[in-house]
Amino acid sequence: MNWVTFLVLFPLIPAVLLLIFRSYFLQKWIVLLSSALIAIGAIALAFQYMGYGGTYLIIESNVADNFVTVGEIVIALVFLYVCRNLPIKKYWIPLIIILQYVPVIFYDISGKIPETSRYIYIDDLSIIMALIIAIIGTLITIYTVPYMKLYHEEHPEFKDHRHHFIAAVFLFFFAMFGIIFSNTITWIYFFWEITTLCSFIMIGYSRTKEAEHNSFRALWMLLLGGLAFAMAILYATNICHTVELQQLVTLNKAVVMLPILLICFAGMNKAALFPFGSWLLGAMVAPTPSSALLHSSTMVKAGVYIVLRCSPVLIGTPSGAVVAIIGGVSFIMCSAIAIAQSDAKKVLAYSTIAYLGLIVLLAGIGTNFTLWVALLLIVFHAIAKALMFLSVGTVDQQLGSKDIEDMHGLISRMPLVALVMVIGLGGMVLAPFGLIISKIAAIEALTLRSPIFPAIVIFGGSLMLFFYTKWMGTIISVSSENPPIRTRGIGLQWIALGGLSVLMLVSLLAYPWIGRYWIEPLYGWNPMMTEDVELTIIIMLILVLVPLASFLVRWKNLIRTEPYLCGSNVKESKYQYRSSLGSPTTWAFGNYYMKKFFSEEKLFKGTVIGSIILWVLMFFMENL
Amino acid sequence: MSIFSIFLVIVFLIIAPILGGLIAGADRIITARMQGRVGPPIFQPFYDVLKLFGKENLVVNRFHVDYVACFLIFIVLAGALFFGGANLLLAVFALIVAGVFIVLAAYCTNSPYALIGAERELLQMLAAEPMILLAPVGLYLATGSFNVYTIAGAEHAPIFCLPGVFIAFTYVLTIKLRKSPFDLSTSHHAHQELAKGLTTEFAGPSLALFEIAHWYETIFLLAMIFLFFGTHWIWGIIITAFIYLIEIFIDNINARIKWELMLASAWGVTLILGVGNLIVLFFINNS
Repeated sequence: MNWVTFLVLFPLIPAVLLLIFRSYFLQKWIVLLSSALIAIGAIALAFQYMGYGGTYLIIESNVADNFVTVGEIVIALVFLYVCRNLPIKKYWIPLIIILQYVPVIFYDISGKIPETSRYIYIDDLSIIMALIIAIIGTLITIYTVPYMKLYHEEHPEFKDHRHHFIAAVFLFFFAMFGIIFSNTITWIYFFWEITTLCSFIMIGYSRTKEAEHNSFRALWMLLLGGLAFAMAILYATNICHTVELQQLVTLNKAVVMLPILLICFAGMNKAALFPFGSWLLGAMVAPTPSSALLHSSTMVKAGVYIVLRCSPVLIGTPSGAVVAIIGGVSFIMCSAIAIAQSDAKKVLAYSTIAYLGLIVLLAGIGTNFTLWVALLLIVFHAIAKALMFLSVGTVDQQLGSKDIEDMHGLISRMPLVALVMVIGLGGMVLAPFGLIISKIAAIEALTLRSPIFPAIVIFGGSLMLFFYTKWMGTIISVSSENPPIRTRGIGLQWIALGGLSVLMLVSLLAYPWIGRYWIEPLYGWNPMMTEDVELTIIIMLILVLVPLASFLVRWKNLIRTEPYLCGSNVKESKYQYRSSLGSPTTWAFGNYYMKKFFSEEKLFKGTVIGSIILWVLMFFMENL
Repeated sequence: MSIFSIFLVIVFLIIAPILGGLIAGADRIITARMQGRVGPPIFQPFYDVLKLFGKENLVVNRFHVDYVACFLIFIVLAGALFFGGANLLLAVFALIVAGVFIVLAAYCTNSPYALIGAERELLQMLAAEPMILLAPVGLYLATGSFNVYTIAGAEHAPIFCLPGVFIAFTYVLTIKLRKSPFDLSTSHHAHQELAKGLTTEFAGPSLALFEIAHWYETIFLLAMIFLFFGTHWIWGIIITAFIYLIEIFIDNINARIKWELMLASAWGVTLILGVGNLIVLFFINNS
């Protein structure tokens, strides 16, 4: 059996099994086994196809295509079904569904869609995506099982239907593998809409008012992307006479620009770039593993994946430049807004949008070098973000808060979880770690094009450094004010937290080789990989290990003392001083949030309006 | 790596702290003269550091010494990459990582004054970093390379293409050197400091490490100024020295300002002079 078929179809089995068997024990083993199988499948696939360039899988029979048509009808009906209880003033949500599905299904059934047998395309890009989904995604799934158990112990008011949730996760894998391996945009569209449905299920999981509201907002925003996709299918069928994505990107730019821009629209919409950022921000109400899944390995990565696929058309065009600027606006503004947030999940959400903006910026420029960097960013961001979300989830369950201020002194209270978090944060900001190296490469690459883009990357990067370092500092502050927490019921979660930490460290060390053997065959040689730079990177990596080692060395002759409190320390406590009236007073410290400059209220609206203008401009750029 | 670059790196490792210490000593004498005092001998910074090494190593907890050590290591690394002729961006990023470590060191102590210092140091990084990173981009546009040796070997001094970048860079240099009016995180002017900011909890040897790192940092930043003059190294030395004199002068005639003004002005200068210069240069190059 072919590994591609296995990866796409296999996740459906655990999804169905999980709906039937609901005991914790069975759930755990189904998830563990099928996760292992999916990961093995992806690795086997990588060995089979890696480095062979693009390969098509020919599917001669029409059975699969007919299944997709039937599937589309089913999905359309499911969408309409979930909208059944909507108030009448939200009539436009079902309207968007009908508008996109009626023509697409009509085209499918009437056979207007151009015939093809090359339904599946595999190259190094899809293999890298498959590995991300299969390894990081399944680690998150393993984490989900114990998390949901604790979640329902903590929230007895919510109805326990966690089997739906975990089944939706596997359905998600089915759709994601479908997106990355499909070659025809009709198939991609089918899987695309399944991911929308899955995220709708996940966001609305707790069935609270806020969750319902946010899930419907996510639904209509994502359906707009679907609508753009449907329009791309119709246009490609009628004007370009092909629905194969690999065909489309090689056609004359003037002909395909519109459908490609429509697909990019769908991609950027899925990647939650502004003005559509609010669906991803609203997704925070869901249980944390779903955020980890949406933000790191699935969903938003499908969005940037499709933009990467389209980038050969965008390169050097005015529209491509506008796409890049749309990404840049999201990158800078989200980094700025994240400074003023103290909710850990919100900070992570904004930083996700920021990173996706950066990736789209690179894809919009579209030179080999920037694509190379974009792909590296996708890999490192997936690992680091999954790690961060999961550790925030664990801290939230143990500490009862996901406010960064409450994590003050976490290193003394939950040393291991804090260490995992520091690895994740380090992966985001510190230079020897992946993301900053990719950022160096980004600046190098963009300097070739125009100085505006490096300026965007530099300013956004500085803002990002600020809030991540602030967070890291807050965690590592050594404090004995609160007693250590006796962690309970983490157990299985350690597989994910430990696995991702190891993955993070390994991929950092293996970074030059990932770049050389995986990404270079895809996008060609690039100046970052000259011997000299590789040498310096290796030097830097050694220097990551030196500080780590220095923590194991005990300095001699250290004399413990109390923190400086103007000499009016209280003997019994480090956290109290004697005030002017002589009574012990506890000091407190809060981080800077600089709401004066970076608050959500000040920046959000302007960003949305500015981005809408840019999105409109994107479509008219070619005609100007 | 050539023999020459290894030689330069070794020279840097040995000479930089000596030169940095001497600059600090000269700084103190000049400052004293401006204030109508005689001032300490020029070797005073060395005496201070030696004395610090002889003192007890008082710590709030055992970790912050490690972070200070990492700060020193990364500053030295930044300088070594620079003088070893590596990619200039990499050297600047090493400098930024060093900055992160010193902030973490202050956070780690969990003392209220140090925490405020850490936040303010972060703010200073936020204000200065865009320009510190834009300078290599400007040098790239002027010389076509990020390689330090190639830039230093440019026949046509980059400063003629990059006057705006140069001015903006000297502006944020004040922030990086923690000179007044931008000495928010820690100041050597006792009259405007809350305790000792960032370094409140550093004592004895760990404070000595911080001082030595500061000498290296000063040399690295001045070397970046020097880079703007390409092969015209005599002019480079004269103007770099002159810039440092101006920094001392500014340091003495200003009082500390609020962070809002620092951030807004630094970003404003970076955007208008720095990015503006780059855009003009880009269009001249491409037309």
